[in-house]
Amino acid sequence: MRKNLFNVGALFHGFRTTFSYFFYKKPTIEYPSVKKQHAPRFHGLHELRRYGDGKERCIGCELCAIACPANAITVIGAENTPEDRHSPGERYAAKYEIDELRCIFCGLCEEACPTDAIVLTPRFEMADYRRGAFVYAKDRLLVAPDEGVGQAPDERPNGIPSDLGMVSEKKSTVDVATGYDATARGKYLKEHRRGLAG
Amino acid sequence: MQAAADLINAVPFWLIVLVKSGIVLLVVITTFAYSMLFERKIMAWMQLRPGPNRVGPWGLMQPAADAVKMMFKEDLTPNTADPLIYKLAPFISLITAMGVFAVIPFAEPTGTGFFGAIGDVNAGILFVFALTSIGIYGISLAGWSSGSKFPLLGSVRATAQMISYELSMTLSVIGVLILAGTTSLMGIVHAQDRVWFVIPQILGFIIYVITAVAETNRAPFDLVEAETELVGGFHTEYSGLRFGLFFIAEYLNMITVSCLATLLFLGGWNALFGLTFIPGLIWFLAKAGAFLFFYIWLRTTLPRFRYDRLMDFGWKVLFPAATLNLVLTAVVVAFWPTNG
Repeated sequence: MRKNLFNVGALFHGFRTTFSYFFYKKPTIEYPSVKKQHAPRFHGLHELRRYGDGKERCIGCELCAIACPANAITVIGAENTPEDRHSPGERYAAKYEIDELRCIFCGLCEEACPTDAIVLTPRFEMADYRRGAFVYAKDRLLVAPDEGVGQAPDERPNGIPSDLGMVSEKKSTVDVATGYDATARGKYLKEHRRGLAG
Repeated sequence: MQAAADLINAVPFWLIVLVKSGIVLLVVITTFAYSMLFERKIMAWMQLRPGPNRVGPWGLMQPAADAVKMMFKEDLTPNTADPLIYKLAPFISLITAMGVFAVIPFAEPTGTGFFGAIGDVNAGILFVFALTSIGIYGISLAGWSSGSKFPLLGSVRATAQMISYELSMTLSVIGVLILAGTTSLMGIVHAQDRVWFVIPQILGFIIYVITAVAETNRAPFDLVEAETELVGGFHTEYSGLRFGLFFIAEYLNMITVSCLATLLFLGGWNALFGLTFIPGLIWFLAKAGAFLFFYIWLRTTLPRFRYDRLMDFGWKVLFPAATLNLVLTAVVVAFWPTNG
């Protein structure tokens, strides 16, 4: 007890630490007004894509529903007719629903899709007040006809990166609005690490 | 000029005191509100957070938002509580915390005494200690009358802690009184014209700072509240405005202790480095503010004491040290009488 009580050096060390932190730049990202930029391959809300001529890519094959480990996807296919043509092939998805509360955002649906119809976008803000609102049907999943073809699946600008973690870290911590790079702060802390952690 | 002086002399004494009290009350309550924000901001910055910044620019309207929130919360009284004492306790804390400001001088009195303190009591320091001691009753009674176990533990701790630390605090202040030769707070400040008492009374100052933290139940001596073990301690059962009153009392006590440290040890409104063109009031506020900052800094840095160590430290370290300081001061003053 004596030893602890009169260890004045440790006391000053503590005071110095808190005082130096007082002047550090704060890593907080003030979320609603400043948004973090996610990695390009971030798994967020789903999207059903279209072809350039406006036709749906989905052919109603249900492979995504089979691949889904959480049973979040419901697909009911139907036959295309010359009068009511949705997709280029024979069949299309008459009903396509994803329960986003069940979804674990693993991206297996995206990989299973033979026509690259279903993709995961980086959009993540889907909070709502009712459970029912999380069942996304075609009206919300499908890209609007006047908005092009939708998100390209699995975009890798320079091929497959050798270190996926590094790329995502670099991309995800740059604050778009202020240009603040949190990894620089992390590097600083690592270099100047003191006390118990060091 | 003469006419102005006559006019001032014509104002009745009670009116002067009333106006002064009003001004001090207003300033002190505002200071309380912003010292809360000040604390939250500083703590946040020291913990790498931005702190409150949503209400108004830089969060400056946060105190107002908190006050409104407090007022509209439900005022609960537990079934097991003793209703009269339960409702009275916050007022005991608050009134004693506020009453202290009646004798604290903020600056050199000018002219006919319009400025300075509300009242220059010749036993000012005794008045302050008497009132702060009564303030402890607020905490003890609150815990006892809540009729639940955590507050009771809190108030038992409060009683023990206050007795242990008030003793050392008073002893550390007696050294200053011996040097100044007066118990008037104005007189003590005047006695520090040449050298601040923090230099001859450095041991007393250190003891005062430590005991002051314990007296006001602040971290690392906040065993009375101890959120992690006593769920708020003596004010566990309080809510709404009554909780707010305890809150105000705690922060006012903090401000009081800072003011006292400034008056007793840091030369009051005496200027540093001969910078006399800066008004004394500014000097006083700057010193008290620096002390408040130290308080908050302390809270962010140190973890809470264990209860037995707190008592050990009070009785086995601070009390002998304060006694030693007192005896040394008395001996020095008795055998080397200076031109005082």
